[in-house]
Amino acid sequence: MPVIVVEVMPKAELLDPQGKAVAGALGRLGKDRFAGVRVGKRFELTVEGPVDEAALADAREVAETLLANGVIEDVVRVAEATA
Amino acid sequence: MTRIGVITFPGSLDDGDARRAIRLAGAEPVRLWHGDHDLGGVDAVVLPGGFSYGDYLRCGAIAAHSPIMREVRDAATRGVPVLGICNGFQMLTEAHLLPGGLVRNDHGAFVCRDQRLAVESTSTAWTRGFDQGEQIVVPLKNGEGGYVADADTVARLEDEGRVVFRYVDIDPNGSVNHIAGVANEAGNVVGLMPHPEHAVEPGFGPDTGAAMRSGVDGLRIFRSVLESVLAG
Repeated sequence: MPVIVVEVMPKAELLDPQGKAVAGALGRLGKDRFAGVRVGKRFELTVEGPVDEAALADAREVAETLLANGVIEDVVRVAEATA
Repeated sequence: MTRIGVITFPGSLDDGDARRAIRLAGAEPVRLWHGDHDLGGVDAVVLPGGFSYGDYLRCGAIAAHSPIMREVRDAATRGVPVLGICNGFQMLTEAHLLPGGLVRNDHGAFVCRDQRLAVESTSTAWTRGFDQGEQIVVPLKNGEGGYVADADTVARLEDEGRVVFRYVDIDPNGSVNHIAGVANEAGNVVGLMPHPEHAVEPGFGPDTGAAMRSGVDGLRIFRSVLESVLAG
């Protein structure tokens, strides 16, 4: 069945303590070319039927109402997964 | 007797303590279940602390879409007092009954301490028994208690006197303006990260200058709502 991918990131202006902790660990690996890390989420919605505009509209709706909280996060991508 | 409902969600931890606090304050606690569409005609509602649905997705996010939240939303609109403690506060922000959101503590660690708070607003249903600016000490325990909101929202909350509790001495989780709790516009819905229900009985509360474990400052939040309900 086709899959719609939804990606969510913490808002840029908010501190991302999780990303900060990962960045600290990268430093300990000696990989100091990476100046920062931000951690987001990827959701994969399995779709019954075709991924048409209606399905994408539904995905955008659940992304905004449940998968992300617009106060602290941004939906950065809603698209059909490519194989 | 005033009846105050406490909603139990899968993963609630502090529903028992909340019911106990209500009983010690002189009201009748009523058990409510997240999967019902029924508030049982209670006079006020408490959303307790815990880790509802394992804090999956975001803290309080899935609970905010529970069946009973539709009734909570209707009750809140009618002016019924609603208190969200910790995870309950997170649910109220996720349900958009309170502005802002809660994010992981800025230092990344879980924090558990007896926390001093200033009561910044006494015009809410849950704080009318306090003096403006009075300081209280209640336990605080959270990993994701950092209060955030955009600059306009924070300015509006400050201007409208809707910052109800503010951290004193230290900000334990990096909250904007040291905000520990906020109210809705009408003042009937209040959420806070610290746990007043753990400071209601001598022997089990925070230490005070008088004696160990004797702090009962939290009880007055539950007594305040009794006054509010009786005042109609």
